Amino acid sequence: MAKKIEISNLRVRYGQKEALKGVSFDVHKNEILGVVGPAQSGKTTLLKVINRTIEFIPGARVEGTVTIDGDNIQSIKNVNELRRKIGMVFPLPVGLPLSIYDNVAFAPRAAGLRDKSKLDELVERCLIQSALWDEVKDRLDSLGTKLSGGQQQRLTIARALSHQPEILCLDEFSIAVDPVTTMRIEDVLKELRSEVTIILVTNLVQQARRLCNRTAFILNGDLIEIDSNEVMFSDNPAQKMTYDYVHGNFG
Amino acid sequence: MSTSATTSPNPVTLDPQTRFRETALVRRKKFTEKLARLTFLTMTLLMIFPLLLIVSYLIYKAAPILSINFILDNPVRGMRAGGIWPAFLGTLYLVGISLLVSAPIGVLAAVYLNEYARENWFTRIINLAVVNLAGVPSIVHALFGLGAFVLFAGMGRSILAASLTLAIMTLPVIIASTKEALGAVPTAFREACWNVGATRWQTIRRIVLPNSISGILTGIILQVSRAAGETAPIMFTGAVFFKAIEKGDIFAYGLFDQSMALSMHLFTISTQVPNVPEALPYGTAVVLLGTVLLVNALAIVLRVYLRSRKKW
Ligand SMILES: Nc1ncnc2c1ncn2[C@@H]1O[C@H](COP(=O)(O)OP(=O)(O)OP(=O)(O)O)[C@@H](O)[C@H]1O
Ligand SMILES: [Mg+2]
Repeated sequence: MAKKIEISNLRVRYGQKEALKGVSFDVHKNEILGVVGPAQSGKTTLLKVINRTIEFIPGARVEGTVTIDGDNIQSIKNVNELRRKIGMVFPLPVGLPLSIYDNVAFAPRAAGLRDKSKLDELVERCLIQSALWDEVKDRLDSLGTKLSGGQQQRLTIARALSHQPEILCLDEFSIAVDPVTTMRIEDVLKELRSEVTIILVTNLVQQARRLCNRTAFILNGDLIEIDSNEVMFSDNPAQKMTYDYVHGNFG
Repeated sequence: MSTSATTSPNPVTLDPQTRFRETALVRRKKFTEKLARLTFLTMTLLMIFPLLLIVSYLIYKAAPILSINFILDNPVRGMRAGGIWPAFLGTLYLVGISLLVSAPIGVLAAVYLNEYARENWFTRIINLAVVNLAGVPSIVHALFGLGAFVLFAGMGRSILAASLTLAIMTLPVIIASTKEALGAVPTAFREACWNVGATRWQTIRRIVLPNSISGILTGIILQVSRAAGETAPIMFTGAVFFKAIEKGDIFAYGLFDQSMALSMHLFTISTQVPNVPEALPYGTAVVLLGTVLLVNALAIVLRVYLRSRKKW
């Protein structure tokens, strides 16, 4: 298995509070890696390190290395180039105060794409992939902020796909989305696996079980275990804590 | 989660006959609500009442003299007759030039402070300075303008020196109000943009500025009335008691000329010149107030228009 992301000895502190305490693992190319763990265990922090938006948080300190395709992300000169490689979907949907079309076209335009027909094509493809196209195709110029919460979340996913990322990170994306739509998006993720590498942070252990090739279990900033789903969700994973967590008798 | 009516600890209140009956508590709440409403309404009316009184009193007193020629004529007979053209035009120049200077600088500084600057001791000092400068009395700005522009920069007492003094006076308030308008744009929008690899400037231009422009403009335009009303800063730096200019000529002043101004003219004819007919100062006040109200009304229209296009 080719390695897409290599994380080694990653430590993150917010002031005194240590959010990640030296975790190391790889993300394979074209896999869906699940990341599970209770609240406050550092899952969101991990994603913010990967696209370097952690730099916007005053007082956050990062140690250790993260490489993508072998390149240390700290040594990438143009940080926006890095962020364009990565699609990010955070738990709370954010429709930008622009039209639905412009929401999706925002990133490609920021990257310099001006060709109208290419943009049209891209917007349509991203909206189809995020299972939103059928609902909005007749009103692409109405405001993204006026969509329902679940629709805005799918718009956020469309935006995350719009700059054609190599890596897609989803952080509890299904919080604001109804179960039927969640299933549709999960199907899309399975298809996307052939093109992109996906990191799926989720509170729903069953979602990780359904969808992921491998799953990592993080607890209070420590990586407890990472393995293929067959092992993680079997009756005897390496750590007893893993067993307890995925079977819901934790704590 | 479902608790059926039969197992409820107080089944009486769930009886549809009595459930919505007015109790003493409900009546008391209603009364308090009414009282609060009335109090707030009274306070609002108390606010409006003096304003209406002042405006109507001014117009009543000024009525005999108000005409278009009152605005377009020079004062004559030792400022005891004629119009106010040099003062009116002077105020337009002073306010216009000062805002032309302070608005761009103020907005750009606020964008830097709110969007680019990291929180450290340097930006904390600047923010503290902005807040404190906004509270400095205008007479202090006047002295600063006299020292810095008139004497040190060698501009002499001139429209330019006076305008720059007014600009210094309005700058901190414009910075503060612009920062507030920018801060009202949710951070989540910025983060969403950064997440897809947009630069800070792209984010500011496409998202932050379009959604804060109404607040920014309102803050700037509110400074018009402040700049137009001040006497001290311009008295020290470029305004004169009397100066006749070409009637109705809007290019009558140069940057390095001295000029009259409405606020100072009002002060002069009401306190310094004897035997001025009563209608004259009132007329001047009406023109000053009218100009300011007109600009403010424009601001409100603009604000309503821009807010109607607000996108979240
Ligand atoms: N901006 C911040 N400033 C200070 N501390 C933070 C910040 N963000 C996160 N933390 C702390 O870092 C730790 C990990 O937070 P993180 O958001 O990564 O957890 P999480 O696993 O995503 O939790 P959840 O499942 O609730 O989303 C927590 O203890 C949290 O309090
Ligand atoms: Mg989280």
